Amino acid sequence: MIEVKGLTKSYGDFKAVAGIDLTIEAGEIFALLGPNGAGKTTTVEILAGFRDRDAGSVNVLGFDPATKGDAGRAWRNRIGIVLQSASDAGSFKVREIVKHFSAFYANPRDVDQVIEAVGLSEKRDSLVLELSGGQRRRLDVALGIIGNPELLFLDEPTTGFDPEARRAFWSLIRDLKAGGTTILLTTHYLDEAEELADRVAVITAGKIIEVSTPALLGGRSTAKATVSWMEPTGIQSEASDIPTAVVNKLAAQFGGEVPELAITRPSLEDIYLKMIGGQDE
Amino acid sequence: MNKVPGTLKLGLLRGQMEIIQFTRQKEAVVFTIFFPVILLAIFGSVFKNTIAPGVTFSQYFVAGMIASGLVNSGFQNIAINIPLERDMGAIKRLRGTPLPITSYFIGKAISVFASMAVQVVILLIIGTAFFGLNLPTEPIKWLTFTWILILGTACATALGVAFSSVPKNGRGASAIVSPVVIVLQFFSGVFFVFTQLPGWMQQVAAIFPLKWMTQGMRSVFLPDSFASQEVAKSWESGRTALILFAWLIAGLFLAVKTFRWENK
Repeated sequence: MIEVKGLTKSYGDFKAVAGIDLTIEAGEIFALLGPNGAGKTTTVEILAGFRDRDAGSVNVLGFDPATKGDAGRAWRNRIGIVLQSASDAGSFKVREIVKHFSAFYANPRDVDQVIEAVGLSEKRDSLVLELSGGQRRRLDVALGIIGNPELLFLDEPTTGFDPEARRAFWSLIRDLKAGGTTILLTTHYLDEAEELADRVAVITAGKIIEVSTPALLGGRSTAKATVSWMEPTGIQSEASDIPTAVVNKLAAQFGGEVPELAITRPSLEDIYLKMIGGQDE
Repeated sequence: MNKVPGTLKLGLLRGQMEIIQFTRQKEAVVFTIFFPVILLAIFGSVFKNTIAPGVTFSQYFVAGMIASGLVNSGFQNIAINIPLERDMGAIKRLRGTPLPITSYFIGKAISVFASMAVQVVILLIIGTAFFGLNLPTEPIKWLTFTWILILGTACATALGVAFSSVPKNGRGASAIVSPVVIVLQFFSGVFFVFTQLPGWMQQVAAIFPLKWMTQGMRSVFLPDSFASQEVAKSWESGRTALILFAWLIAGLFLAVKTFRWENK
């Protein structure tokens, strides 16, 4: 679906993308996870044909997005794009604008079904400027998927959502995946990547530092557990692959109950923060 | 697999959307439609003289108002609105779809033409009813009227799109575009009788399309006997067509070359 090799892009002296390799398979949800300014949006905008790259090769659905002219029409017919923060189309009604966008594509989805799928049926005759932030974002998705895309780009889709709206949004994205759409998602929310993605690439300072499934990210499944307890001299701790053995040893040592015994494993967040070197806000 | 829809068909759909969008901004609609009428009322009341036998200032002024309507609705409106659309992410969103950029331009031109049609009808009705405006009776004059309106719309739209690349963002657009239009209107004989302007002003104006649109509209609304009072002692219809067409081509070329889908 997507094949990227050695991708770079600089703005003046600033290296936004500093050599990225990526392969995204058909049917998966792939998350680009990283702090603000890591190069996620630049990468997506290059893949979606909005920006030219400095170097590297990019293949999206068998097409080079940097191709100029009308050749891009057939390609854009097969992709859907949801960018960050648009405030346009305020004076159109929801159904009006979705219907209008459906006319751009060769094989669009049914307008009312799409409005239903994004949960805007009750708002179909409302003006776009009357929508809440979350509803507007769902309209963005409706406009992104109306063309029945094989591949959908979602750039930070849930920024500014309340928890309930995010859950509803996630379930919409899962439905799209179930319908066979391949999705490239950028996010700086770890839980979003964990919740949705089949694979996650952690990106920071324009480079991908790891590509993995959420469960294996940062060696999480094999990370050592930390056993801690109280000694007369203060809290002691020991990192171990075999924490049960450590606890047995301690139990024998204390002759029963171990004071303030705790066993902790690193959360995905701990691992992520360690990976990006504490750069996130 | 169906084919992606045609450029012209999508252009017509864009035109429909542009018109819907325009009509939902009620204040803008009222202002656009009645601005020429208000100006006619003011100038018609101030200048009650006749310019030539049987030619009132109102008669002269209507030609200028229609021509500058093209510049206001076409050039000015578009050159200000496109940067605003860029700010809001509207053009970037369209850019991500299979919509050809040409269809977007066609949609703009259609909305300008629709707005012009309404403005002109209202101006002519009110002008005839209250300001002693005489409408031409010869079909050939209406033919001239039609081609100038269509060519003028295309020309003003293309130049508006081209000029929309000059403002950096939507906030500054109006301050950059409006002075250009106002100066051009004074130079081109919209508010004053063209031949009474200083020679250098006439020569500067002759470079730009508004003077030719205005003169073309005079050839419609003034008696042919007035042609002898023009700078060239003639309506110069052929030259008008040629110059407007040249500006249209230049505008299209620049529009396509410089068009951006987001602000810098």
